[in-house]
Amino acid sequence: MDLLTPELGLFFWTLIAFLIVFIILKKFAWKPILKSLGEREQGIAESISAAERVKAEMSQLKSENEKLMVQAREERTIMLREAKEIKDKMIIEAKDQAKVEANKIIMEAQAQINQQKNAAMTEVKNEIGTLALEVAEKILRKQLNSAEGQEAYMSMLAKDIKLN
Amino acid sequence: MSCKRFLSLLVLVFGLFWQANSSFAQTQENSPAGSPAAAPIAKEEEKSINITELVFGHVSDSHEWHFFSTTTAEGKENPFALPLPMIIYQSGKGLSVFLSNKFEEWHANEAAGIQVSNSYEGLHIEKGMKEKVIAEDGSAVYDFSITKNVLSMLIGVILLLWLMTAASKNYKYGAMNAPKGFQNFVEIIVIFIRDEVAKPNLGAKAVKFMPLLLTIFFFIWINNLLGLLPGGANFTGNIAVTAFLALVAFIVMLANSNKHFWSHLLNPPNVPFAVKIMLVIIEIMSLFIKPVALMIRLFANMLAGHIVILSVICIIFIFAGMSKVVGGVFVPISLAFSVFMFMLELLVAAIQAFIFTNLTAVFLGQAMEGDHSHDAHDKHAHDAHAHA
Repeated sequence: MDLLTPELGLFFWTLIAFLIVFIILKKFAWKPILKSLGEREQGIAESISAAERVKAEMSQLKSENEKLMVQAREERTIMLREAKEIKDKMIIEAKDQAKVEANKIIMEAQAQINQQKNAAMTEVKNEIGTLALEVAEKILRKQLNSAEGQEAYMSMLAKDIKLN
Repeated sequence: MSCKRFLSLLVLVFGLFWQANSSFAQTQENSPAGSPAAAPIAKEEEKSINITELVFGHVSDSHEWHFFSTTTAEGKENPFALPLPMIIYQSGKGLSVFLSNKFEEWHANEAAGIQVSNSYEGLHIEKGMKEKVIAEDGSAVYDFSITKNVLSMLIGVILLLWLMTAASKNYKYGAMNAPKGFQNFVEIIVIFIRDEVAKPNLGAKAVKFMPLLLTIFFFIWINNLLGLLPGGANFTGNIAVTAFLALVAFIVMLANSNKHFWSHLLNPPNVPFAVKIMLVIIEIMSLFIKPVALMIRLFANMLAGHIVILSVICIIFIFAGMSKVVGGVFVPISLAFSVFMFMLELLVAAIQAFIFTNLTAVFLGQAMEGDHSHDAHDKHAHDAHAHA
């Protein structure tokens, strides 16, 4: 059948056109397209792996942070406890010291009070002595104005001497 | 922008021609009925010849691009056709170039069942199933004319070059630039060919053959699609074209075949001598059957598709010739069926391009199989031979 015999002309033109298309498209279309597709695929794969890496790093950082937080919390508790202890100690010390100081002040005050009381007592005694002497002097002067008085007095003294 | 405008113009122009063509056929069916001289039997005969001519005129190559014809009041046909340049080489006369409208008067040669044109510069065209340029003095004629198929291919090639270079323009801005527009479409197909066709068959050598496979695929596909346009040429349904494409596949296959391939082909191991002779004969036959199968598969598929669509359209006129009522009733059925066929052919256009590309890759892969790096394949090949 005629349809099954290839024509030379069409064969020839197809050959030329196909070769031209092949050469031009190979250089200007297929090479850049295939190259870019390869590069893009590689780029996407790299981006994904980079993202995975960053994710892993992030989770590592997170766990580290958590560890640090726990540590910090522990340290805070310890510090608080220590601070409380120190505070209590300081209060006790202060109380003791205050007590000591107060006792000291009280004792000093008492000593001074005693001292002044003694001084006052001495003064009062002296005063009383002086007053008694003056009174006795006045009485004696009065008694001894008369001869009888003198005599009585003399006898009294003599009596005293005897007693002694 | 200009692309869209051009395409829509193309579609519009071909669409108009198609409509004109159909209306022409309608009037032609009616005109004999109007003329009292025409006998009913002669009418029937004329009709069946017309339809065969119509179908084969569309599927075979031509020296002019015929769009439609009008019939004048005297019954004379007035064709609207684009004359194409004829390039004829004759060993004695050398090269002669002229337009095909030099051959415009046709008379039928009833005995041979062909149409014969007037002679020009000692040449005339005989139109049977296809057109042949014949020299009056009987010398050999080499016809390198820009025929309808060649012109259609040139349009396809220009479209392809323009589309692909436009799609690859964006790549100069760097690979990580997001693809856009038509580039997306091309990329999907390129990736499909690479991952589904090249890599499974060619493995590590896939990259080397990608340009060839892509060119074959897009060349066949765009020409298949152009052939589907109303008034389009049946380029990929022509055996010269598929023969050339199969030859390309065959040559590339032979050029890249390795020692392992030939040793298995000419000296299959672990086989008794008598069987070996038979096997070698079968293997050598299969070597040549491969490209022939490629050639015939594409040719037959595209040709059949065109013939079926045209036949379904022609059914309208056959029925209209019997009775106008039957013809009218059959119009929607025939149209629905031809729309269905057209959709199917759109699929077939892509599928045949894919199959041709895939089989090229498969044959290439077979020819390069069993390199020292592929022991698994080697074993597989042994098994296959054992089964054979």
